[in-house]
Amino acid sequence: MTEFTPIASLAGGALIGLAAVVLMAFNGRIAGMTGILSGLLPPQENAWQWRTAFIAGAIVAPLLMVLGGAAIPFRVPVSTIALVAGGLLVGIGVTFGNGCPSGHGVCGISRGSIRSVVAVVTFMATAFAAVFIIRHVIGA
Amino acid sequence: MKQLLSALCAGLLFGTGIALSGMINPAKVLNFFDIAGTWDPSLAFVMGGGLAVAALGYRLLFGVREKPLLAERFQLPTRNDLDPQLIGGAAVFGIGWGIAGFCPGAAIPALGLGYADTLVFLASLIAGILVAKGLKAHFFTAV
Repeated sequence: MTEFTPIASLAGGALIGLAAVVLMAFNGRIAGMTGILSGLLPPQENAWQWRTAFIAGAIVAPLLMVLGGAAIPFRVPVSTIALVAGGLLVGIGVTFGNGCPSGHGVCGISRGSIRSVVAVVTFMATAFAAVFIIRHVIGA
Repeated sequence: MKQLLSALCAGLLFGTGIALSGMINPAKVLNFFDIAGTWDPSLAFVMGGGLAVAALGYRLLFGVREKPLLAERFQLPTRNDLDPQLIGGAAVFGIGWGIAGFCPGAAIPALGLGYADTLVFLASLIAGILVAKGLKAHFFTAV
């Protein structure tokens, strides 16, 4: 079980949205983690500096919260094999699908992109299906 | 230099949002997808909050600015066609998300919490991205 946290989740979501607006307002860029991370991997795209700065900020923030005394719940309820298989599928999927929840879900849908709407509906559907099959059909 | 500072600030906001919202926690993400079991609907609120602020902020921004404050132009995707790569890729991503409980935007901030599981996922994620980039370059027309 995990605790239902509507207020914290809404506030956290608003911060993610704000991050997207800030990055667009100052840098003119979409705050999608797939695009930002992928642009740092070979074959590289230009402008690695802002990508690195964004990623550094994203990594440091939770660390600062923990150092400041915040308790951040974190639990990985799956096996190492599932992490490896899931990681490979996520990497392949977001590369062909041109984005993940941050890019398509927040930035894309809010711009009214039809590609993003279709991508989000598709990956939500397969994620619900995967979890249902894993937990209730296979019973893992 | 200013561009790096604004990107860093955006990253800090993003990482704080991922941590505060619970997206950082794979157990919570997987419970969101487990309607038939230990359902935790919190992540719908993450999406709602993110969409509301981004939609409003983008609208205001594009209404008052011709270009970004520190760059030459807004770099926005322009495609609006639906192709098999988009839909197939999204479908594969969702399956991986449901298996591991991590997505790229959550796994990067999770690095800051210092758990080895995050490294295992991220190494596999990067391997997957590299494989897909290679496949795309060799077997699919560039887009």
